[in-house]
Amino acid sequence: MQGWDFDPCRYLKHNPKYRNTMSEKKTHNHNRHDRPAAGELNLPHHFDSVEQFTDSGKLGMWLFLVTEIMMFGGLFCGYAIYRVRHPEIFMYAHKYLNPALGGVNTAVLIFSSFTMAWAVRAAMLGQKKTLVLMLCVTFACACGFMGIKGVEYKEKWEHGLLWAGKYNPAHETASADAPPPAAPAAPGPTQPSFNMDAPAAPQPPEGNPLDTRTAIPPAATGPEGLSPRGAEPASIIKEQAPANVQTFFSIYFLMTGLHGLHVLIGMGLLVWFIIVSMRGRFGRGHYLPVELMGLYWHLVDLIWIFLFPLLYLVE
Amino acid sequence: MSGPRNNGEEGHAHEPHVMPLWLLFAVFGALIILTIATVAAARVDLGALNMAVALGIAAAKAALVALYFMHLRYERSFLGFVFIAALFFVALFIGITMIDSVEYSKDLIPGYAPGMQK
Repeated sequence: MQGWDFDPCRYLKHNPKYRNTMSEKKTHNHNRHDRPAAGELNLPHHFDSVEQFTDSGKLGMWLFLVTEIMMFGGLFCGYAIYRVRHPEIFMYAHKYLNPALGGVNTAVLIFSSFTMAWAVRAAMLGQKKTLVLMLCVTFACACGFMGIKGVEYKEKWEHGLLWAGKYNPAHETASADAPPPAAPAAPGPTQPSFNMDAPAAPQPPEGNPLDTRTAIPPAATGPEGLSPRGAEPASIIKEQAPANVQTFFSIYFLMTGLHGLHVLIGMGLLVWFIIVSMRGRFGRGHYLPVELMGLYWHLVDLIWIFLFPLLYLVE
Repeated sequence: MSGPRNNGEEGHAHEPHVMPLWLLFAVFGALIILTIATVAAARVDLGALNMAVALGIAAAKAALVALYFMHLRYERSFLGFVFIAALFFVALFIGITMIDSVEYSKDLIPGYAPGMQK
């Protein structure tokens, strides 16, 4: 049974009554007591061994990851229910997403997972420079991921493709007589009809010569006039919109937004790791925190691995 | 003063398993290839199989990340069990909810949920 560790210096530091009994009260640096040698571990007193310290940390982190999996699992459950009940919404609305951007994001995140795993390896081997470099590259990849995400979100915002009540794809056009989103099945007089049987060139709408929707002829491929890849502007596929399209965007923003929040938290943690790694905290004797950070980062990648096909590759 | 406490075990008695660099590169390459496969498979119309193929490839990628990047293959097996348990509970979560949803689909107002009428 380990006794209670009593550090007299730490106690005396906060008790002014005993200040004068300290022989080196001006130069006594209390931090030196706590800070181990570079790359070495001061095993906390409540652990019996380094192995127990390591196992406890890893189990704790894995249990946390389990809670994260369950949390995202709830969102995936919502996705599953809604996709089974309203597949037409997913078939329609996913065309607003850009699979190329999603694919690049996937590759960036996988690469960041790779560099994070390399950073863990470097920490284990005491390779400080490699560790810092790999952490920085991971951070840069995360920035790239969030940047692409920002581009996607901005595009959605500009086209009014938002969640629930804020879904308003008509707001990008200046036309006042565009049909409200609540009645997409009834096209207004300003909208051309994309009837397959009548491949006439669309006419510009009356009342708004600046409306560029109909100045762009529909693409030749596919019955809806869409090119098979790439995001389509809101206006062209508005005609076939089923009811409750905004639900797709609710699900999209909730899932990618929560995932993005996790990426941001990871980025904040990476900054701390970069700073303390540069100070030589980790090495052959102490690398557990880097491992735990790696576990978290791989989970963020894991979640995206599932999000990408479910949201971007709906076919 | 706190310090390392050993009950006779030296700190380096249990050498950590360090991931070989070539293995990290190999897993990364495999993940990229599987990502390309996912995108390619989405372009082919397999009907109901599309979802199964996409999720299957995603599961393969997840397995690679978990086993190698997250080191599960070299850890004590209890951690792998914890991870599998998480997946099991998510499957239970989604599965039973889906059963429930399908069970009550016939009570839905006609035309409100066209996907369930099939």
